[in-house]
Amino acid sequence: MGAVSTDFRAPDLGTRRRHVVDRGFELLALGALLLALAALAVLVVDVLSDGAGRLNWQFMTDMASRRASSAGIYHALAGSVFVIALTGALALPIGVAAAIYLEEYGSARSKLSRLIEINISNLAAVPSIIYGLLGLGLFVRTLSMDRSVLAGASTLALLALPVVILSTREALRTVPKSIREGSYALGATKWQTIWFQVLPIAMPGILTGLILSLSRAIGETAPLITIGALTYVPFAPDGIWSAFTVLPIQIFNWVSRPQAEFQENAAAGIIVLLGLLLIMNAAAIFLRDRFQQQGRG
Amino acid sequence: MSVVSRGEIRLSAPVVRGGPPAPPHPTKIDVHDMNFFYGDKRALEEINICMQSNLVTAFIGPSGCGKSTFLRTLNRMNDIIPGTRVEGRTHIDGQDIYAEGVDVVQLRRKVGMVFQKSNPFPKSIFENVAYGLRINNMARSKAELGERVEESLRAAAIWEEVKDRLHESALALSGGQQQRLCIARALAIRPEVLLMDEPASALDPIATQRIEELIYDLKKNYTIIIVTHNMQQAARVSDFTAFFWLGRLIEFDRTEKMFTAPTEKLTEDYVTGRCG
Repeated sequence: MGAVSTDFRAPDLGTRRRHVVDRGFELLALGALLLALAALAVLVVDVLSDGAGRLNWQFMTDMASRRASSAGIYHALAGSVFVIALTGALALPIGVAAAIYLEEYGSARSKLSRLIEINISNLAAVPSIIYGLLGLGLFVRTLSMDRSVLAGASTLALLALPVVILSTREALRTVPKSIREGSYALGATKWQTIWFQVLPIAMPGILTGLILSLSRAIGETAPLITIGALTYVPFAPDGIWSAFTVLPIQIFNWVSRPQAEFQENAAAGIIVLLGLLLIMNAAAIFLRDRFQQQGRG
Repeated sequence: MSVVSRGEIRLSAPVVRGGPPAPPHPTKIDVHDMNFFYGDKRALEEINICMQSNLVTAFIGPSGCGKSTFLRTLNRMNDIIPGTRVEGRTHIDGQDIYAEGVDVVQLRRKVGMVFQKSNPFPKSIFENVAYGLRINNMARSKAELGERVEESLRAAAIWEEVKDRLHESALALSGGQQQRLCIARALAIRPEVLLMDEPASALDPIATQRIEELIYDLKKNYTIIIVTHNMQQAARVSDFTAFFWLGRLIEFDRTEKMFTAPTEKLTEDYVTGRCG
């Protein structure tokens, strides 16, 4: 073993080489980050330059039209909000209840439980068009829901469920054992312990998972096209049995037109969709912080 | 096979059944030939012990000797750990708590518990104490709920410190206050037995002293069992002491006898710090 140089300001060759490698990796990681950001920036700038001119209050409040200049996004925006709200209302209780059963009631370490968990993880990765086919067969045809808001929301809820279940289980696992024991020791039943102690603590994680999965669902086009939502619906839905269209489908519609005016409309529609996503993610952060503060105070 | 080995265990580790007679203190907890298993591993062997009401019993012994496990069998807290199993007879007030049809919710209302690490719920001080009353439907009105909360906080000697901030988070309290809050929470549902699993092990000496004074006051109304690693604490607060070693109850007697003239060599070695 060679003696280590005693002059701290003159590191030996090996040490200097390690510093070079160190710096190299830092630059490499920074480059990857910048590349991702640049791609995103190009997308946003491109869409903004195309669509910003078209974006005004009239565009937001007008319905679909065959003339590009008088076409608006209101019906699709209302459809998206309605469908996603209903998707959340379906996916949250079912997903949370399923996760509670798997995590709290089913014996967590049994073979069956592990098998189910693997299957749910796989379901989360199934291409969304498969869910569309399921929705078409089950909701539209067998249950005769037709091409309604309810059929669309049910299909998207199936799509969102695996992520809701997985993130809820994850959130339930972070609740300390000491809290459960403290509750049981006071004579609480399992349900009281879950409802009054475990769920409130897990809520921020559950909501974050829900909104992230809804963010994915709101941009979904394929499953909705599959169940037959790709039709000209020039009005906003007025109930769960109403026909509907959603933002991505309307955007897809406009993009496929040859006229340049419709391309502008598509870009403006994308800005609206991105805005909606931003609002949803902001809501997720807001809710999470609020629940965390409640937890503390 | 099991009968033979049982006999051998008794020979190698004689157990004392019941303490010396003390007429004003009727039997509260009577455990007979208890074995406890985590899966295949036997954690408690042939425990026989009889504890009397309104006295403090201390469980001492090295880490992993089974004293906490035994404590948790008394309110069936081990039930929530999968793969555990109990054999033998455990009577509280003459009722077998492991008999079929026993409602653990009912049992845990009667046998309260305070844990090693204070575990207040992330709610307000008031809500921590009110929780047990609410879930057990023990307060008929808001006024009664408030009264019971105050009474419990007073009994746990923490009322004066928190009365002006009942609706602030319990997590803002100091460690010692949190532990007394957990005691108040346990007292709120008026148990008869209070199990304390090293309640002062994470506290500073002043907070520890307050808990010990509290234990002394509480035994007027409760039967208290306390697990402790602190010999001085056991000597200070308890009337009886049980010494556990490798899953067995080695000796159980009046505390002053256990610390001055124990019958078993092992007990003497442990309390004088020669082993463990």
